[in-house]
Amino acid sequence: MDDLLREFLTETGESLDTVDVELVHFEQDPNNAKILDNIFRLVHTIKGTCGFLGLPRLEALAHAAETLMGKFRDGMPVTGEAVTLILSTIDRIKQILEQLEKDQKEPEGSDPDLIGELERMVIDAPAAAAPAPAPAAAAPPQAIGTLTYQVLERPLRVGEVPLDELERAFRETAGPVPTPPAKAKPAAEKSAAKEEDDKSDSKIANQTLRVNVETLEHLMTMVSELVLTRNQLLEIARRHENSEFKVPLGRLSSVTAELQEGVMKTRMQPIGNAWQKLPRIVRDLSAELGKQIELDMRGAETELDRQVLELIKDPLTHMVRNSADHGLEAPAERRTLGKPEKGTIRLSAYHEGGHIIIEISDDGRGLNTAKIKEKAIASRIVTEAAAEKMTEVQIHKFIFAPGFSTAAAVTSVSGRGVGMDVVRTNIDQIGGTIEVKSSPGHGSTFVIKIPLTLAIVSALIVEAAGDRFAIPQLAVIELVRAQANSEHKIERIKDAPVLRLRDKLLPLIHLKSLLKIDDGENSEPENGFIVVTQVGRETFGIVVDGVFHTEEIVVKPMSTRLRHIAMFSGNTILGDGSVIMIIDPNGIAKSVVGTTTQSSDADESEQQRDANDELISLLIFRAGGAQPKAVPLSLVTRLEEIDTKKIEYSNGRPLIQYRGQLMPLIRVNQDVALKIEGTQPLLVFSDEGRSMGLVVDQIIDIVEDRLNIEVPSETAGILGSAVIKSQATEIIDVGYYLPQAFEDWLIRTERKLKAKAHTILFVEDSAFFRNMLTPVLRSAGYAVTTVGGAQDALDVLKSGDQVDMIVTDIEMPGMNGFELAQAVRADQRTANLPIIALSALTSADAIERGRQVGFHDYVAKFDRPGLLAALKEQAAVMREAA
Amino acid sequence: MTMSNDNHSGNFIEYVTVMIGGQLFGLPISQVQDVFMPDRLARVPLASAEVAGVLNLRGRIVTAIDMHCRLGLGKRAADRPAMAVGIEFHGESYGLLIDTVGEVLKLAENTREPVPVNLDPHLARVSCGVHRLEKQLLVVLDVDRIFDSGHEAAAA
Repeated sequence: MDDLLREFLTETGESLDTVDVELVHFEQDPNNAKILDNIFRLVHTIKGTCGFLGLPRLEALAHAAETLMGKFRDGMPVTGEAVTLILSTIDRIKQILEQLEKDQKEPEGSDPDLIGELERMVIDAPAAAAPAPAPAAAAPPQAIGTLTYQVLERPLRVGEVPLDELERAFRETAGPVPTPPAKAKPAAEKSAAKEEDDKSDSKIANQTLRVNVETLEHLMTMVSELVLTRNQLLEIARRHENSEFKVPLGRLSSVTAELQEGVMKTRMQPIGNAWQKLPRIVRDLSAELGKQIELDMRGAETELDRQVLELIKDPLTHMVRNSADHGLEAPAERRTLGKPEKGTIRLSAYHEGGHIIIEISDDGRGLNTAKIKEKAIASRIVTEAAAEKMTEVQIHKFIFAPGFSTAAAVTSVSGRGVGMDVVRTNIDQIGGTIEVKSSPGHGSTFVIKIPLTLAIVSALIVEAAGDRFAIPQLAVIELVRAQANSEHKIERIKDAPVLRLRDKLLPLIHLKSLLKIDDGENSEPENGFIVVTQVGRETFGIVVDGVFHTEEIVVKPMSTRLRHIAMFSGNTILGDGSVIMIIDPNGIAKSVVGTTTQSSDADESEQQRDANDELISLLIFRAGGAQPKAVPLSLVTRLEEIDTKKIEYSNGRPLIQYRGQLMPLIRVNQDVALKIEGTQPLLVFSDEGRSMGLVVDQIIDIVEDRLNIEVPSETAGILGSAVIKSQATEIIDVGYYLPQAFEDWLIRTERKLKAKAHTILFVEDSAFFRNMLTPVLRSAGYAVTTVGGAQDALDVLKSGDQVDMIVTDIEMPGMNGFELAQAVRADQRTANLPIIALSALTSADAIERGRQVGFHDYVAKFDRPGLLAALKEQAAVMREAA
Repeated sequence: MTMSNDNHSGNFIEYVTVMIGGQLFGLPISQVQDVFMPDRLARVPLASAEVAGVLNLRGRIVTAIDMHCRLGLGKRAADRPAMAVGIEFHGESYGLLIDTVGEVLKLAENTREPVPVNLDPHLARVSCGVHRLEKQLLVVLDVDRIFDSGHEAAAA
C-alpha cells in the first residue's frame, strides 16, 4: 500500500475517534469554544489530507461537515439533530475508510443524502450568521474539484511501480543508484520527474527500517543509564591503581560513547523529509487555483530532531497552502502588477544562534493590514480603540488568533481560519516562535524559530557561582581568559563591564548576576572567562567563573513551569548524570541589549519609528579622521571638485570665484587641510543667492539608509553619530557652518525678517530635526521659535507671542501633530493660523486625515524645497488676506 | 484526566499518605507513579520559589516542587533528607518534595468531607476534601490543582 495512504489511514482513524468523543462532549457543553475548535481543526485536517490524496468523496463529506461546524463557531445554536447529523457523517467517513483500507481505493458512489442534509442545515441557520450563503455556494466547486482530482490521480497511478518489479530492478541494476532529481523543481515540471522520484525513493526505503519512536526513546534512556554506570565504574577503577579492569573498562567506555552517539543520530532527520509532500501539494494547488507556482526549497539537509520534525510538518503544509491560496495573486493580476506570472513560494531552513530558522516566503500581495484590523475588531479579538494604536506588526499578529480568517471566499484550500491557529499551537508546543513580515505588494514571510529543544547540540559547559550551565556552541565565537594584569582585562565604564578585544569594545555581562545567583564568593571582577557570543548582529561577552569542556547534549524541553525563564532554552542530562540548564543566547542578548539601549528606546521610540520608516539619501564623505561623516543630501545644493589653483585668499580666508560670486570655503574641522595641488572636493550649500563651500577630504558615496542618531555629540558642528551602512558615521550640523561663511548670514536674514515679519513656530520632538531644519528656515528668512512638543507649542500660542505659521511634526510623544492641529483650530484666536505638517507619514490616509484636522499643507520631512515652497505659499496667502 | 474520573466512580480510593510540615496529606494512588529519594537536585536560577530544582530520574528530567513552599509553609529545612513523590502531569514528570511517606490507606469515598471553610487558603486551593482518621485528619490533595494554580503563581 502507498505509504502516504497508510499514514493517512492511521492518522485519520485516530482523529475520527477523537472527534466522536469530543462531539459528544460538545453536545453536552455547547458553549465550550475550546472543544469546538478542537473538532473543527480535526475535521479540517481530514478534509485537507483527503483533498491532497485525491479522495473526493471523503473530502466532500468532510467539507460539508466542516461548513456546518463553522456555523456553530459563528454562533448558531447547537442542536442534537445537527450533532447527530455530523456524527452520522463521521460514521460514513469511517465506512469509506474501511473500504479504502481493503481495496486501496475510494469506493465508488457519492453521498448526496448526507451532504444535502448538512447543506440544508447550514442554509436554515438563523440569519444571525450573516455569511450563510457563502459556505453553501462553496459546495458546488467541490464537485468540480472531484473531477480534477481524478484526472490528476490517473497518470500518477500509471507512474507507480509495483514493488516486485522494483525489487527485480534493484537486483539487476549494478552500480550506484541514480541520484534523485533536485527537490526544488518548479511544480509544473515535477510530474515528469515524479516517476524517477518514486523509484529512487523506494530504493532508499528498502535500505531503511521503520522503528517505533518509543523504541528509540527507550533506547536513548537506556544508553543514558549505561553512561551513568560506566562513569561510576571509571570512578571506582580510578581509585584502584593497576586494576586489571582498566583495559576492558577503557574499551567499554569508548563503545558506550559510540553507542550514545549512534542512538542520538537516529533521532535526527533532514528537514527535507518534512518537505517531501510539498511539491505534490503545490502542484495540485496550482491546478486547483489556476495559478502558476514555483516552489523553491533551500537548506533541505538541515537536520532536525525527528520529534520537532513531526510537529512542524503540518504547520509547514498549512502555511504553504496559505501562501498559494491567499498570498499569491492570480496570473492576470500579477501581469497587471508587472510581476512574473509565475509566483514563487520559498522555503528555507538554516541554523542561527543556536536556533533552527525556517522561513516561508512568497512574492504575492502581502498581508492586508486594514482587513486584518477590521476582522480582528469584528471578531472582538481587539477593541477598536486598542487597534488604532497598534503598529502594523502587532496587527499582523492577529492572524494567529483562533477563528481568524480574512479570506473573502471560503475555498476548499484554506480560508476558514484554522490554519494559522494550528500552526501557532504546534510551534508553541515545541517552544518555538513564529513571526510574520509583510510588505504590501511584495509578499509576506513567515519566520519560524525553533529553539534547540529536542535537538542535539554541541555545548560549552561553564560554571557560575558553583552551578554548571551549557552554552550552545553555535552562538560562541571564542573564549577569552581575562586577568587583571594581562592584555585582556575587564574594565568598567561607570558600572558597565567591557572588554577591549582587538579593535572593539565588547559589552560584558556576568552570568551569575544575570541569573541572580551571585554568592559573593570568588568574585574578582577583573578575572574570569569570557564567552564571546554572537546573536544576530549583537556581539557580547558572557563572564563565567570557569569553563569545563564541550559536550554533545540532547536538549530536552523545560517543564512548563520553567518555560517563562527567557535565559534558558532547555535542560539536559550530562554524561555524568547531572541535570543542567541550557543558556539561551537570545534571551541573554535581549537582556544585554535591554540594559544598554532600552532606556533610550523609550524616549526615542517615536523618533526611531520615524527614522525606521524612512530611508533617506545621505552623502557620505571623509573630513579629518578615519570615521566617515554624513549630511542629508537634500541639504546639499551641489557637489564640486575645484582646481586648487582657483583658491584665492582674502583677509586670510580661502575663497573661490563660483558662478560669478565669491564663495567662502569653510573646513569641516581643523584636521581638514586644503589641498595644495590637484582638485579639492567641496560640498556647496546655497541659499538666498549666497553659497558656502564646505571643504572635505573625500566624497565617498551617496547611500540610502535610515537615519537614527544614536549617540548625540558634544562637538560643535556634529549633531551626533549614527550607524549608516553598518558603519558609525558622524552627522554634521550644517547650521553650524553657515554663520562661519557669512557672519551676517543669520543676522542678515533676521534683518529681513523684520520686513517680512513672519514668525514660524516649529514643533518637533527630535533634536536632530530641530537642529537640521531651524537653520534652513532661518536662512529662508523666517524668524523661528522652536519647541520640543505639542504642549509647549500650545503654551507659546497662549503666551501671546507672535506666531504667523506653525510647522509641526506628526509623530510626537504625548500629543501628536493631529491633536495639536485640532487644539489650535479649536481656539478662536488661532483658528486661522496656517499649519504645515512635516512628517515621515506621507501616505494618502495620513494626508487625508491631516486635511480633515486642518493642516494647510503636508510635507515630507526631508523635502526641504517642498517645505520652503509651502511656507512661501502660505505667506503669500497671508499677505493677500492682509 | 480519566484518572480523576476513577477517583469518583469507585466507592473506595487508595491514598498514598505523606507528611508535609507535620500535617498528613493523601494523594490518590492512581496518580502517583513512584516514590524516590531526590538525588543531586540542580537548582534553577530565576525559577519561582516552589521549584526546588531539576533532577535526573532514570534518564528523565524531573522538576522538583517543594511542597512546603507550595502549601505556604515556608521553605523546607535543608538539613533533613526529603522524599519525593513522582507524578506525571500533562506528559511532564514532577517530583513533589515531602518529608516522609506513610502507608497506603483505602478510604471510602462517602466519608470524605468538604474542606473546612476556615482552612488556610494555600491549603484550601489544592485540596479537595478531608478524611477523619482515628488519630488525625487527612487532607486529600488534588494533583491538578497543585499544578494549575501553580501556573498562575508562576505567571503572576
